[in-house]
Amino acid sequence: MMKQKDLILYSGLIILGLAAPYLFSAFKVQLTYLCVLIVLAMTWNLQGGEMGYNTFGNILFYGLGMYLTASVQVGMFFPLAEWTESGGEKTFVHTTAQYFQGIGVGLLVAAIIPTIIAGAIGYAILGLRGHYFAICTLGLGIAAGEIAGGIEIIGAGQGFTTPPFPAEIVDAEARGKFFYFLSFALLIGTFVFVKYIYGSRFRLILNAIRDNEDKAEAMGIQTMKYKIVGWMCSAFFCGLAGGIMGGLIGYIDSTDVAFDGREMGVFMVLMAILGGKGTLWGPVIGATLFHFFKEGLWTLILGWQYVALGVLIVVIVVYFPEGLMGWLREKYPERFGEVIDEKDRKAQVELK
Amino acid sequence: MDFLIFKAPMLMVQASLDGILLGILFALIAYGMALQWGVMNIINIAQGDLVILGGYIAYTIYLWGIHPAWGVIISPIIMFFVGWALYKLVINKVVDRDLFISILATFGIAIVFQQLMNFIFGADVVVAQSEYGTTMLFDNSVTLPNSKIFSAFISVLYAIALVIYMKKSRLGRAIRATAQNARAAKILGVDTEKVYAATFGINAALCGIAGALISITLTLHPYVGLPYTVRSFMIVIVAGLGNLPAVAVSGMGLGLFEEFADYILGTEFRIGAVFMLLVFILVYRRFKLSKKREYLK
Repeated sequence: MMKQKDLILYSGLIILGLAAPYLFSAFKVQLTYLCVLIVLAMTWNLQGGEMGYNTFGNILFYGLGMYLTASVQVGMFFPLAEWTESGGEKTFVHTTAQYFQGIGVGLLVAAIIPTIIAGAIGYAILGLRGHYFAICTLGLGIAAGEIAGGIEIIGAGQGFTTPPFPAEIVDAEARGKFFYFLSFALLIGTFVFVKYIYGSRFRLILNAIRDNEDKAEAMGIQTMKYKIVGWMCSAFFCGLAGGIMGGLIGYIDSTDVAFDGREMGVFMVLMAILGGKGTLWGPVIGATLFHFFKEGLWTLILGWQYVALGVLIVVIVVYFPEGLMGWLREKYPERFGEVIDEKDRKAQVELK
Repeated sequence: MDFLIFKAPMLMVQASLDGILLGILFALIAYGMALQWGVMNIINIAQGDLVILGGYIAYTIYLWGIHPAWGVIISPIIMFFVGWALYKLVINKVVDRDLFISILATFGIAIVFQQLMNFIFGADVVVAQSEYGTTMLFDNSVTLPNSKIFSAFISVLYAIALVIYMKKSRLGRAIRATAQNARAAKILGVDTEKVYAATFGINAALCGIAGALISITLTLHPYVGLPYTVRSFMIVIVAGLGNLPAVAVSGMGLGLFEEFADYILGTEFRIGAVFMLLVFILVYRRFKLSKKREYLK
């Protein structure tokens, strides 16, 4: 049974989320970004935080979802090759019904195919340990971008214009609201799912894998099965997030938008670490803080934002690896439900 | 896909020679990678960006009117101090930590380097003209730029010099001792902090040499660092740490693979092929190793 305090918190957040596009109607795109960033950070946390597998490869599913949604949305009604060749929207126009049907089916495909791919490559990739896994997934993400940049039918190097929002809808706010609520729904779905995982045996198994995989295996846990399932869950939500972002941005470039290891791929790692990996709220707080920092400072330090980003990564990773939640936990352990044995603590201090 | 290469034997000779000469250069970068990995147990994602920075140093002296080949002497000297400074600023805080921390921290450094190079040298693709001309072989059907031969020669020269230095000199012995057992070396009076800084500096200097050679044989661009990191990582995985002949051989193998992939798949898939090869090597290695652990199943 949910405690009353939690109930107030969650309903408050949902009301805030629903009211946000009306309250801050100039920032709808930013809010959509925020939802997607939180989803990416939370799903990264399933690997990096809970399972101890620091992946750079979730960007693969994000980019795949983006390309799949747009391709399905176009390919359902028009020849895809001609669309990408002519720059799309000039020759063919989606009707309102076609647009929404297309994006619906597209998102469905964008959720399913990355999940299947995660399952298919999971056995090979997740057998790698530690830094080999990190570098391998880094390679996967970049290879996907390079290869997508060479495939003609999805626009190759010149990019892929996603279908524009139907012009028949006169309300100028409609596009922003549509994508915001789509991403907000995804955020709620992801949060509910991750919260469910946090209360389940599945999370304990993932933690066991993180703490000592060989021992977990020796205790009779089929670690590989759980690792793959965990990755498939991440792929599902990353694919959806990518699909929504593709529609929002309106233009897909292979290395700068879809398989954007230099931005999104790093952001999701950074946000989860900033907030505190291995916690439910850490990635949410980290992503929110990061987004505010980014939007607030990016325009002030125009041109220097990547330098700032790099420095930020170094500072967070070197000086702040436990993140905000880790720091709070250190400071107020009792609020996290940890009981400290005063005698034991004193004994340890004396030992030092 | 274009299978022209299999119809014309001369193209194969061309690709093989290009690949081997290029591979020697890769091996030099990989040697630096193996050095820091073995000694300090860190994986440096910024390796490729150090290479590109070294290349830009050579390009700068070329712009000043000095022949870019002098870069192979000037660039490593400057890069040694860059590496030393980098160690003192960041790397010394990640040495004893989890490997993933070093990966992420150097990833951050790589982003900073890329962007700073973009500011200073511009986002254009540049090349320093060495004007060494080309050698024609087999009735002019195979063209070989002399700069590539020069770069392979210099790489081999530096590699030999480094091996001798590591074997004979005091610092080289200290580095090897620290690699074997840092704690024991410390007890026996080796200043490991200094050894680490020197190792990172030597690695950066090697990157500087490689970069200077790349500036005259290939092209420079602020954002092409990462493929060099991945290439050197791949070579080190295949060859193992501290096995120089194997590093040289696998470097050449990688060069050959790339040239052939270039001809067969097309140039647009070249970098993609390199990264896919990395994935395949790691996965192959994983299945090979998992056979050893089968009793756990």
